[in-house]
Amino acid sequence: MTTLRLGYVPLIDAAPLIVAQELGFAAEEGLRLDLVRLGAWAQARDMLGAGMIEAAHMLVPMPVGQALGLGPSLPPMDLVMFLSHGGQVVAVNRDLEQRLRDRGHDFAFNDARAAGAALRQAVTGRLRIGVPFHFSTQSELVRHWLASCGLAASMLDLVTVPPPMMADALARGEVEAICVGEPWASVSVDRGLAALLLPGTAIWASPPEKGLVLLRDFADAREQEAGALMRAVWRAGRWLDEEGHHGTAAEIISRPAYLDLPPELVERGLTGRMTVSARGEIRETPGFVSFNEGAASFPWKSLAALFAQRLALAHGLDPQDAGVRAMGHFRTDLYRRHLRPAGAPLPGASQRIEGALSADRTVAAERGSMILRADGFFDGMTFDPAAVG
Amino acid sequence: MSKPLLIVVVEPDPDRAQPIAEGLRDTGQHDVRIIAEQSGLARKVAELRPDVVLIDIANPSRDVLEELALASGPSERPVAMFVDRSDEQLTRAAIEAGISAYVVDGLRAERIKPILDAAIARFHIFQQMRAELAATRAALEERKIIDRAKALLMKARGLDEEAAYGLLRKAAMDQGKRMADIAQQLVMAAGLLGR
Repeated sequence: MTTLRLGYVPLIDAAPLIVAQELGFAAEEGLRLDLVRLGAWAQARDMLGAGMIEAAHMLVPMPVGQALGLGPSLPPMDLVMFLSHGGQVVAVNRDLEQRLRDRGHDFAFNDARAAGAALRQAVTGRLRIGVPFHFSTQSELVRHWLASCGLAASMLDLVTVPPPMMADALARGEVEAICVGEPWASVSVDRGLAALLLPGTAIWASPPEKGLVLLRDFADAREQEAGALMRAVWRAGRWLDEEGHHGTAAEIISRPAYLDLPPELVERGLTGRMTVSARGEIRETPGFVSFNEGAASFPWKSLAALFAQRLALAHGLDPQDAGVRAMGHFRTDLYRRHLRPAGAPLPGASQRIEGALSADRTVAAERGSMILRADGFFDGMTFDPAAVG
Repeated sequence: MSKPLLIVVVEPDPDRAQPIAEGLRDTGQHDVRIIAEQSGLARKVAELRPDVVLIDIANPSRDVLEELALASGPSERPVAMFVDRSDEQLTRAAIEAGISAYVVDGLRAERIKPILDAAIARFHIFQQMRAELAATRAALEERKIIDRAKALLMKARGLDEEAAYGLLRKAAMDQGKRMADIAQQLVMAAGLLGR
């Protein structure tokens, strides 16, 4: 039995790592996972860089930022698979909630255009939105959504707030809205501080959220262990997507050693059955978070290029060069090699046009066919990695 | 003699912040400030314009500083990234000690090293102290709970102290558990039964 140290930040999308250990998927592959709870995303990056953990749960844009030289100079890091899509929520403080209701907004929690239009009317002056990290899917979701709804970038302040501190930041008035992974938006609702406005999936049907990131040296030199870890995590993700498992999963990841929160709070995000306001209104969002279905874990290089282009534009780098550099860090080759034996469906290509699927689609796979999850943006945006530059 | 540096230590626990600050002052005529309150951290650091910021590697507020490090333009005298350029071994030692350091771009390595060395030493001492304290406290708690369980057994079964202790030890061995755990269960059960 080999022990691997894995770093995670307490969020529902750490579930594949926790479940891989707790339900024996790791043991089946001859691994014991030593799960280290981390306080900051920067900590995940630094501990991985220093070799103090073998793998990290990371925001998908983080390894892209590293690839572009926007972080500290640490050894090269590769994203070998996605851990989750979705799981993010946009929430507004009670004051903004009231102003939205006054304008007739219904908090249906499914219509990004309606919510964006209502928000544009309700906001007076600049809007301060808390996001978990500079390089995060949350930042990109919020920027894209509000720009498309006519809220100029100059009207927005994106402020970094660590997820467990989101509720406090709302309470102190440091931010008026937040975009954060569950369960931290629900925590704010339960503390009477916020109402949930939109799930991330209403903006982008399949927003890649977390990835499993390894040092390139580890992925190459300890290939067997890397493969074993990927298979264990992939099987845990498949288990987590089963509807009947959400309750058990919530119980496991809520334990004091992990998220240390009430299971009923944690369960909301896993089931997509969200309490959106202090009035107790409930909204069902199927596919609120997914771990495995529809090839969710396949690390499309085109997604590396999409995030790279956005970061390049924000930091004055060449988008084409950034795309090429980032794509080299999304290791579809390792995914294919290590997950083929586990029976993971493998797409014929490693990049595609992002945002092109308005519904789930059956496509040809390496063997037979496979279903790809819908990935459309609410405004119909598409991204073609070949057309950058 | 080079000009003194402004060093900011972000640390909510005063018992920890003080010795670190003292250690840093010993390395030179530095101006060392402690920020304990996490709210408004980005603004405070931006206002102080420190040369070096030291913060626990696991402190969630690090992610706020990361944003600051990236956002500051060249004219704003950036508190740039991490101590990474100078010395790989030093970086690793810092990360292992649980420190992250943000250093103004262009600050020479020979000025950073003594500061980090001092911080690393203090972090280590503190961590060791805290671990020892926790261990002592846990041992004390365990002894108390075993004493209570022993008293319960003595009363309920009319045993003397040695026999009660033996009974607890045997139960622990039979169940493959620690004596303190068995004692805890016994005390809890007795509480529920109203004894």
